[in-house]
Amino acid sequence: MRHIISILIENEAGALSRVAGLFSARAYNIESLTVGPTEDPTLSRITIVTTGSERIIDQIIKQVDKLIDVVAVNQLTSDLHIEREIVLVKVKASESQQREDLKHLAEVVNGRIIDVTTDTYIIELTESVVQIDSFIAALSEHEIIETVRSGVSGIARGGNVCTK
Amino acid sequence: MDLSGGDILIRCLKDEGVEFLFGYPGGAVLHIYDALYKQDDVKHILVRHEQAATHAADGYARATGKPGVVLVTSGPGATNAVTGIATAYMDSIPMVVITGQVATSSIGSDAFQEVDAVGITRPCVKHNFLVKDVNKIAETMKKAFRVATTGRPGPVVVDIPKDITDPAIKVPYEYPTAVAMRSYQPATAGDPELIKEAIALLLTAKQPMIYSGGGVVLGQASEELRTFVRQLAFPITSTLMGLGAYPYNDDLFIGMLGMHGSYESNMAMHDCDVLIAIGARFDDRVTGKIAEFCPDAKIIHIDIDPSSISKTITVDVPIVGNVANVLQEMNKLLASESKPDIKAWWKTINGWRSKDCMAYDRNSDQIKPQRAIEIVHEITKGDAYVTSDVGQHQMWAAQFYGFEKPNRWINSGGLGAMGFGLPAAMGVQLAYPDETVVCITGEGSIQMCIQELSTCLQYGLPIKIVALNNRYLGMVRQWQEFFYKERYSSSYMESLPDFVKLTESYGHVGIRIEKPEDLESELKRAFAMKDRLVFIDIVTDQKENVYPMIAAGMAHNEMHHSPHCELPQDPRRELA
Ligand SMILES: Cc1ncc(C[n+]2csc(CCOP(=O)(O)OP(=O)(O)O)c2C)c(N)n1
Ligand SMILES: [Mg+2]
Repeated sequence: MRHIISILIENEAGALSRVAGLFSARAYNIESLTVGPTEDPTLSRITIVTTGSERIIDQIIKQVDKLIDVVAVNQLTSDLHIEREIVLVKVKASESQQREDLKHLAEVVNGRIIDVTTDTYIIELTESVVQIDSFIAALSEHEIIETVRSGVSGIARGGNVCTK
Repeated sequence: MDLSGGDILIRCLKDEGVEFLFGYPGGAVLHIYDALYKQDDVKHILVRHEQAATHAADGYARATGKPGVVLVTSGPGATNAVTGIATAYMDSIPMVVITGQVATSSIGSDAFQEVDAVGITRPCVKHNFLVKDVNKIAETMKKAFRVATTGRPGPVVVDIPKDITDPAIKVPYEYPTAVAMRSYQPATAGDPELIKEAIALLLTAKQPMIYSGGGVVLGQASEELRTFVRQLAFPITSTLMGLGAYPYNDDLFIGMLGMHGSYESNMAMHDCDVLIAIGARFDDRVTGKIAEFCPDAKIIHIDIDPSSISKTITVDVPIVGNVANVLQEMNKLLASESKPDIKAWWKTINGWRSKDCMAYDRNSDQIKPQRAIEIVHEITKGDAYVTSDVGQHQMWAAQFYGFEKPNRWINSGGLGAMGFGLPAAMGVQLAYPDETVVCITGEGSIQMCIQELSTCLQYGLPIKIVALNNRYLGMVRQWQEFFYKERYSSSYMESLPDFVKLTESYGHVGIRIEKPEDLESELKRAFAMKDRLVFIDIVTDQKENVYPMIAAGMAHNEMHHSPHCELPQDPRRELA
């Protein structure tokens, strides 16, 4: 099962490596990992997408919580939440038919073409992982030169917060 | 008055009440050693290898319950300390290890004697710190001691770059009385509802078992455990780490469990209907085959570390809390309850018990290691502090010494680090100069930290080293006999030194015992030398095995037994 773990951690040097090291030492999966600042400059937010049985997820949460620098750990999958990922795809776009097709495709999924050269486009799309996967699949008729994905950010819906 | 970083560090130790600092100097910590030189509140113990510094601090901590403190230099000093840090981590021992580091400006430049100590130790510490500001030393040290000693204890590394202890830079010093850490709030009291649920479950038991572990020793809950067990009159077993928390000679105690545990305790584990695990972590050496662990039991688990709960074995009643507090609550509730009648269960257990599963050949013309341990028990009246190394001798010490009190049995259970025994004994002897401290070791293990005989002379530590010399890496040999058709690959200890001469050259007394008839008298002679370190080299039966034995991954009721006991014979041939 896929799970999103949201971690609030002291913004100290090495904090990320404590979390990443824990995952590798205990052989937990990481599908994606993002890290960034929060509204409180002393804290960082790490969002990890992982897979595992209930027992493993339970252990992941307990082991992460045990890290001295971790202020809060929450599992997003069990609650109503919103998740987003950004993908930047550089595709070959040298012929006019190709360019038309790509423009159309980008429009359909609410993506944007953010860079244009004589023979490439860069398309940006912010969506859920599933949508991004299917967008990339839809691009299969075209020549993808490079794909850069941000990893997942997630947040609880409504008034729920992941700070405890 | 303003102080330098080096002086501040040592003042912190003094203000923390540290008696001994186990260490070894080097470039990155010279300012700190200079600060040490100027005072005599904190006594520095100069070991001969940094591994020994960590094991000695660890032994001190296990015996006293106080944190052990270590100081080593950067680079090789730090890497040499890693084995001891990992040892303490696996057994949850409170320890603060100060490692020197190259100057802040050189970090990351592959400077002389630079290693990423914080990175290297990260997976084997409870926490670690890099101090980058002299004004942060006191606060960091306070945090280090707090983290090391509270909750589930463990080692904490504090890495200090050389410029931070520069004598030319002085700042005001004040040791904080408390430090706030919003991200660190270890649990103490257990959930009252779950405690009630546990009591209710215990009172319905027909075939209960109490399984007690090292957490009871670490949590200083031996008294509470004794009250708990005696109120219920339930059978109790202990892990290797928990020995002594409940007296071995009490009728309710049915021996250690697990790989080399007693027949009766392993059988009782397998057949129990309610199991209460107290400060124990369901280690694989204890559980054997997970799928067949206590197959019919409802399980209660008391542990201070939430991540220990349902890690490998799913439990029914999880109680997160300090073992002493939780047991006190349970004892209160139990006092007014009528206890279940488990006579039939005791009858079954006593049936298992009637066969001596630890029997060995008492008429051999060779010295049996088990007998040597029994005699050490007799001579020391079962009241010594016993450290051990790792191997067969460790298991025989656990099986045959007989511990009546907690904190007396000191061994590397989790990591199983050969080399632990002698330095750990140094830490214990320093803490308790008037007590008898015995190091039970093998001719293999003792050579891993033999250099510490020199430290023992320097500080006058009259440890009794009991070496069960079987000329084999015995535990390895035993596995090769059982599981590799007697292919003894690199387990024979060739070219052994003459331990008597070796010990004498270090300025101590050496005794060699070769005949069973000399065993008792020579051991007595050795232990009578109260103020000398005596190395007792005992030539034992080379092929003696540790029984009972549950092979790795087998169930509790699948034990191998000694040919000298009445239980079904060792089925090793089927396995081979
Ligand atoms: C540092 C280290 N290396 C290797 C091992 C693997 N090991 C476990 S027991 C053992 C044999 C120990 O031999 P000895 O000290 O003579 O004890 P005996 O088993 O013969 O009593 C070995 C090599 C270990 N536990 N620790
Ligand atoms: Mg040996």
